[in-house]
Amino acid sequence: MANKKTEEGSNNRRNFLRLGLMSSVSAVAGATLISNLTADEVEPSGEKIRVLTPDGKMVEVDAKSINKYPEAVITPTESRKGIPDKKFVMVIDLAKCKNARKCVEGCQKAHKLDDHEEFMKVQLIQNNEEGSPYWFPKPCFHCDEPPCVTVCPTGATFKREDGIVLIDNERCIGCKFCITSCPYSARQFNWGHKEKFEDKSQPYSPETQVPAAEGTVMKCDFCPDMLRQGKLPHCATACPMGVIYFGDKNEDIVTNGSETVSFSQLIKDRGGYRHLEHLGTKPNVYYLPAVNRQFPVERGFDVDEEIIERYKDVPFVKELKEQGKL
Amino acid sequence: MDIIKRKSELVNEFSPMLEKSTKTSKIWVSFLILVILIGLVAFIIQVVNGHIVTGMRDNVVWGIYIINFIFFVCLSYSGAFISGILHFFKSPWKNSVSRIVEIITVLSLIIGPIFILLCIGRLDRLYFLFLYPRIQSPITWDIIAIMTDLLGCFIYLYLTFIPDFAMLRDNSENAPKWRQKMYKILAIKYYDTPTQREALHKITRTMSVMVIALAIVAYSVLAWIFSLTVQPGWNSSIFAPYFIIAGLYSGVSVIIIAMYLIRKFYHLDHYIRKVHFMGAGVILLIISILFGYFTFSEYFSRWFSHKIEDTKLLDTLFNRYFWYFIFANYIGVLVPVFILFFKKFRTIKSITFAAVIAILGLYVNRYLIVVPTLETPYLPIQDTRPEYIHYTATWIEWALSFAGIAAFILFFILIMRLVPIIPMSGIIDYEREQKRKPHASNNH
Repeated sequence: MANKKTEEGSNNRRNFLRLGLMSSVSAVAGATLISNLTADEVEPSGEKIRVLTPDGKMVEVDAKSINKYPEAVITPTESRKGIPDKKFVMVIDLAKCKNARKCVEGCQKAHKLDDHEEFMKVQLIQNNEEGSPYWFPKPCFHCDEPPCVTVCPTGATFKREDGIVLIDNERCIGCKFCITSCPYSARQFNWGHKEKFEDKSQPYSPETQVPAAEGTVMKCDFCPDMLRQGKLPHCATACPMGVIYFGDKNEDIVTNGSETVSFSQLIKDRGGYRHLEHLGTKPNVYYLPAVNRQFPVERGFDVDEEIIERYKDVPFVKELKEQGKL
Repeated sequence: MDIIKRKSELVNEFSPMLEKSTKTSKIWVSFLILVILIGLVAFIIQVVNGHIVTGMRDNVVWGIYIINFIFFVCLSYSGAFISGILHFFKSPWKNSVSRIVEIITVLSLIIGPIFILLCIGRLDRLYFLFLYPRIQSPITWDIIAIMTDLLGCFIYLYLTFIPDFAMLRDNSENAPKWRQKMYKILAIKYYDTPTQREALHKITRTMSVMVIALAIVAYSVLAWIFSLTVQPGWNSSIFAPYFIIAGLYSGVSVIIIAMYLIRKFYHLDHYIRKVHFMGAGVILLIISILFGYFTFSEYFSRWFSHKIEDTKLLDTLFNRYFWYFIFANYIGVLVPVFILFFKKFRTIKSITFAAVIAILGLYVNRYLIVVPTLETPYLPIQDTRPEYIHYTATWIEWALSFAGIAAFILFFILIMRLVPIIPMSGIIDYEREQKRKPHASNNH
């Protein structure tokens, strides 16, 4: 009986999510107040509260079943489904990046990451000896042929219908095979114990990866929690230059927040490519080449002290400085 | 009745080895226990504080633990392989070494997997491997292969022990009660009747073939854990046969060293003779040439085709790891080849020396397969924390590694206290054969 109730609850929630994505903003705002009826049943408090459902009906629910947090939390099981009818894609315009590192900071804040834990990394790279170095923001590529997913022995990391590759850190046994099989070094491991792992104020969801857990793997997740609310991932929102476009391949639309363009047109017109295409992993992150750049590469260094400090000892940066290219 | 007398003679000959503990052996055992205890402390520290206490970080996520794992598991597979071949082809000099090989096989197969467990971040969730198994993952294949192999090797080892247990049961009136009882149970009513003997021979022979097959499968799966990824130093089609050869290389070397030590400490010069060392030396020579050939073709094709990632990896190998590379792939191959190639250099001591060099070289070769590849990913590491750029094993990792070796030796000593290291039943069989055709070869 109790089981059936829970099942119904989660079904309701999924319906609500689907509706929430389709219906108007006001309905979503009202709907998010509804409880997510998690596995543990709550004792009714007797106090009733009236809320608006996604389809516009006013209903009365028990006060105790109202969620403490604004967004419905997606449990690990539900997070394996993906957002229906979507195929998420990211386009990074290298010509506009000046290494402001706001994407990194925005991501770190949202995922409660420490200083050196970076889901989004900004690397300085060079295509060939003659080419000039450029800044290269690198999230997880959410490959369509993800080597990490293939090698996972427990199915802790998985590929969803909407193209996103996530990690369920309650399933992960920490064998690190996925880290060694990822050719893009997108994955990180929680090597030691940290205080933030104890913070249970937010229930765990693979979609937010908060709270992280010791001895498990984590990586960029394309912020599905934001996508469910119809918002952009944190890195795209944080970028002051509009470098990061994000959108849906099915609808053929990507946006950086200020400009919305056709994905296929953008790739066609600007010579979009995928990094290390020859590995056959079929990434869902595209790059627009660093041509007609808006900023010289040095701008990435003279912004603030912290950034200079961050790249000071990187071997490649040192090498470039010696060659006088920086 | 001749045979019964001979049996009790043999038991009397080998019994002191099983019962007597000398002062040196006591010191050795307590030293080994101390090393294991230090390893245990290191293990507790690692469990309490997490993997942060190791030298592994986000780029080099697998360190010497996985190298120890490959090393011990390969040792075991090669033991099974060699032992199976010895049994199946009824090699003339098998009797004196077969038990050493079998014990090496089983012990390393018990110790090896412990090292892979040390690599796992969440040991408390280990059962997830069985609760949510994914057959697509090479790790799942490896678990299946290792467990099957372990079971097969145990059965095989036990089968070879049965006749000796029976002899000990019948001839140990003076032994303590618990020993008599143990031998009685372990001998499972084997009375060496012709029917029993034939059945046992048949089963052992079948198992010896099975064990060879299991070893080849398990070896290949182990190599595939690396070669099925797209990483520059790993994605190689020759890795599976390369690992088989490398495993045999370490296997034969460890057997030679074990033969040397056992001969020395137990004064078994009569049983483990120079001819055994010569035979093993020639096998080691063949394998070292093969190993050198595989190593060469592996690195040669990487160097010649010079894809950018391979070039970067070779740069790492020839700069930061220059001396490691020279030791592993030049000294570790050429010195044994040189010593073993010329007949006049082949003495018991020099063959053992060649085996030691081979093992050390092979260990470093393993290190060079694992660590530099992880330090040279497709996208260069741009980190400012030195421990994230280069891997150095911490004392915790070394303590646990040495504890593994100590446990290997300790268990070896303990098993030698249980059954004689030279299979007595083999001696009987041999003498029986001799009587039937007295002009057969004069080797054990």
